[in-house]
Amino acid sequence: MASSIPASRTDRPVSPWGEAWRRFRRHRMAVSSLGVLAALVAAVVLGPLAWHMPIDALDFSATMQGPSAAHPFGTDDLGQDLLARMLYGGRISLAVGIAAMGMAVLVGVTVGALAGISRGPLDAALMWLTDLFLSLPQLPLLLLLIYLFREPLKAVFGPEGGVFVMIVLVIGCFGWMQVARLVRAQFFSLREKEFVEAARALGATTTRVVWRHILPNALGPVIVAGTINVAAAIIAESTLSFLGLGFPPDIPTWGRLLFDSKDHLDIAAHWALFPGGAIFLTVMAINFVGDGLRDALDPRRVL
Amino acid sequence: MGAFILRRLALALPSLLGISVVLFAVLALAPGDPFAELATNSNVPPEVRVHLRASLGLDDPVALRYLHWLVAMLRGDWGFSFISRVDVTTLIWQRVPVTLGLIGASQLLALAIAIPVGTLSAVRPYSWFDRIASTLALAGFSLPTFFTGILLILVFSIKLDWLPFVYRSDVEATGWAAVVEHVREAIMPVAVLGLFQGAGWTRYVRSAVLDVVRLDHVTTARSKGLSERVVITRHVLRNALIPVVTLVALQMPTVFGGAIVTEQIFRIPGIGSLLIDAILRNDTPVIMGVTFVFSMLVILFNLVADLLYGLLDPRIAYR
Amino acid sequence: MTHLLEIRGLKTHFKTDDGWVHAVDGVDLHVDAGETLCVVGESGSGKSVTAMSVLKLLPMPPGRIVAGQVLWEGRDLVPLSQAEMRKLRGREIGMVFQEPMTALNPVYTVGEQIGESLRLHEGLSRAAALDRAAELLALVHISQATRRVHDYPHQFSGGMRQRVMLALALACKPRLLIADEPTTALDVTIQAQILDLLGELKERLGMAVLLITHAMGVVAEVAQRVVVMYAGQVIEEGSVEQLFERPWHPYTQGLIRSIPRIDADASRGTRLASIHGTVPSLLAPPPGCRFAPRCAYARDACTRATPALRDVAAGHRVACILEEAPP
Repeated sequence: MASSIPASRTDRPVSPWGEAWRRFRRHRMAVSSLGVLAALVAAVVLGPLAWHMPIDALDFSATMQGPSAAHPFGTDDLGQDLLARMLYGGRISLAVGIAAMGMAVLVGVTVGALAGISRGPLDAALMWLTDLFLSLPQLPLLLLLIYLFREPLKAVFGPEGGVFVMIVLVIGCFGWMQVARLVRAQFFSLREKEFVEAARALGATTTRVVWRHILPNALGPVIVAGTINVAAAIIAESTLSFLGLGFPPDIPTWGRLLFDSKDHLDIAAHWALFPGGAIFLTVMAINFVGDGLRDALDPRRVL
Repeated sequence: MGAFILRRLALALPSLLGISVVLFAVLALAPGDPFAELATNSNVPPEVRVHLRASLGLDDPVALRYLHWLVAMLRGDWGFSFISRVDVTTLIWQRVPVTLGLIGASQLLALAIAIPVGTLSAVRPYSWFDRIASTLALAGFSLPTFFTGILLILVFSIKLDWLPFVYRSDVEATGWAAVVEHVREAIMPVAVLGLFQGAGWTRYVRSAVLDVVRLDHVTTARSKGLSERVVITRHVLRNALIPVVTLVALQMPTVFGGAIVTEQIFRIPGIGSLLIDAILRNDTPVIMGVTFVFSMLVILFNLVADLLYGLLDPRIAYR
Repeated sequence: MTHLLEIRGLKTHFKTDDGWVHAVDGVDLHVDAGETLCVVGESGSGKSVTAMSVLKLLPMPPGRIVAGQVLWEGRDLVPLSQAEMRKLRGREIGMVFQEPMTALNPVYTVGEQIGESLRLHEGLSRAAALDRAAELLALVHISQATRRVHDYPHQFSGGMRQRVMLALALACKPRLLIADEPTTALDVTIQAQILDLLGELKERLGMAVLLITHAMGVVAEVAQRVVVMYAGQVIEEGSVEQLFERPWHPYTQGLIRSIPRIDADASRGTRLASIHGTVPSLLAPPPGCRFAPRCAYARDACTRATPALRDVAAGHRVACILEEAPP
């Protein structure tokens, strides 16, 4: 019955990546989100070069003002320019997101590959560990870790560096499990496939087989999981900053700006709307791109 | 069935041990020895300090300390709050019902949104309803709870002044007016948490239903002449609910995070806001107690998910 | 004479990314009351799609019946709405599918699933439906029927699940049973049992059977009349004796010759006969006879126009311009 819809045949030879790009292009939201993300990254990286207002220039004559020519995003309670602060904070948020994703992917691929290559006890142990981490209550533990380890890390890396390292580590700690499972699943499904047997028959060592044959096939799902991880990391960092437990108060990450503005909503709504909107836009764009990637890289799924 | 329940309970034990070991390890490895703090802090009355030293086994080797600590935790012996000068147990038990109420109500709202919308989307994939619903779901899922909370406060409390934005559990009115007032207090926090979860689950329900709708037994059901409505409810949803139930329970850790944030925004007196307060005021025993309670709740919900799974899928109970 | 089921000029196409696939492209066949018609052809010949088109069980966004009529006792089913089709499904026409392992819903007992049609079409109460379900299970030779009616599908083996499917399809005593490759997924010994059971049920209930298969052995075993399909079209039709004694179309000959023979002399190195070449693409079918590229007897005229089914004997029709059956 599954075969009652005939499969279509195409005669155009296209490389797998070309195929993936072609499928990705069909998702208008994903493509436009890619553009939005590119614009955001460009703004945040290059913006401060064009917009020279310092992030901490106090101006008590212009506090809590709405958007104007001098301050396109308005000002906060100390007269500081919000656009400049948001551009700076954006750099940090994105850096945290990407670094945390990198760590999660690194740990996840390693754990997944190890579990996938071995069978028996090591695999069982690693999977038990993965399940354990998956069932930990994330935010409470995050808060606990920050509470306990904040001071020593600051002592080693300096106030901002310490918090950066800590946030990246803890967020990365909660993001690797999904990647590990995906990689392990790929290993299991590909391990027995004929081309792996063929490679071995030609004398390939395990490492070579893993690097050249299995990991490239696992790349698709890992890319999708990595994308989702960036969004999750940005939300996690913003949440921590919003609770007052993230970066030091003078670092204007978007979450921190929301923390500062939440008690002044009645007179300075713009102060909350701009950073909140920025977080929303970034995360939504990443999610759309992630969806598009999922379709593009795994055509068997009906999404 | 009884054997199945027992087996599931037995399997929950390693999770309990695992999570508690992680918690203990974090506390033990932390600088400043939080355990010692419990027994040496000046705010703690001397008799309690002595008792804590003994029950936590602070002078014993690590493994024994862990066991002492675990037993103490399970018994509800959570120490004495540095700040509030009461037993941590009292403090927490006062607030747990509020948090559970918030979580319960919001999850129900989330399911009430996700199941119909997700199913309708999956039954008519790529229709205008599906496209709009999927886009809205993704947008809702990208809106962090703290921003939604702020937006709702901005619109409904500040601009329109329809709803109060600070939660008050003590309401002067009685009878119907009290109920209405309670509902008014609760709408925004429940909506914030519920809409966020609902958005995420809509996508998942849609994907689960799509997976089931293509299966052979659905064609068999149609070939019997059953109406489409019956086919969808009895032969699609019933099967698709199995993975959805699992997801709901497994997502509990994330929901707790959302609850913490929501309690902060709306100043709801639950254990989430208690945790934040304790962190800001360095009240270690409260922090330890609340984290432990959250961990236990996770295990409880995982167990519930397992049991529900066994109930819903006859293939499981027979193993 | 009005046939029980008559299909005239049926064309069912599917919209795909690469264009319209002409899965069924002009099919004529008929089944009379009480007879067994086998539709035989290889994968992709359109036989399953034809069967599913009768009850309109195909997913209709990508699929569409673009032309033709499906006459059930003279009444055209093609323009009917889904609501009207539902009155026929399970009650007048029953259907059994290929994969017994996945055709039943794993979360309900077999009694509940069989009872569903009874409660729908005959208005039985739950208890009465369960009793009838047990009777039906006994009818299909499942032992301890009254106990097993409370069991779940995963507690049955593949062959037994197919029996349950038969019980389910026949619960309301339909007049036609459409069986889409009912034995393909089963062991050979179980296959024989199921085919025997099918024959027995057909006698007892006095129904007609439309059996889809790709195995000529099954055809030889159960068919009274046979229709051979290739690339979405009917290319030969006749009684089972006519087909096996005097196959006319080269494709039919090829099919029969490719059955491995138990008396073949392997020591002399006789090779298995096969039809060389592959099935044409159904996206843009070639003009003329679709078998022509693979046919040993093809002539110029074959590629110019699609041959229509013509009578070569009483009840024997062939879509081929050959004047004589090839040897």
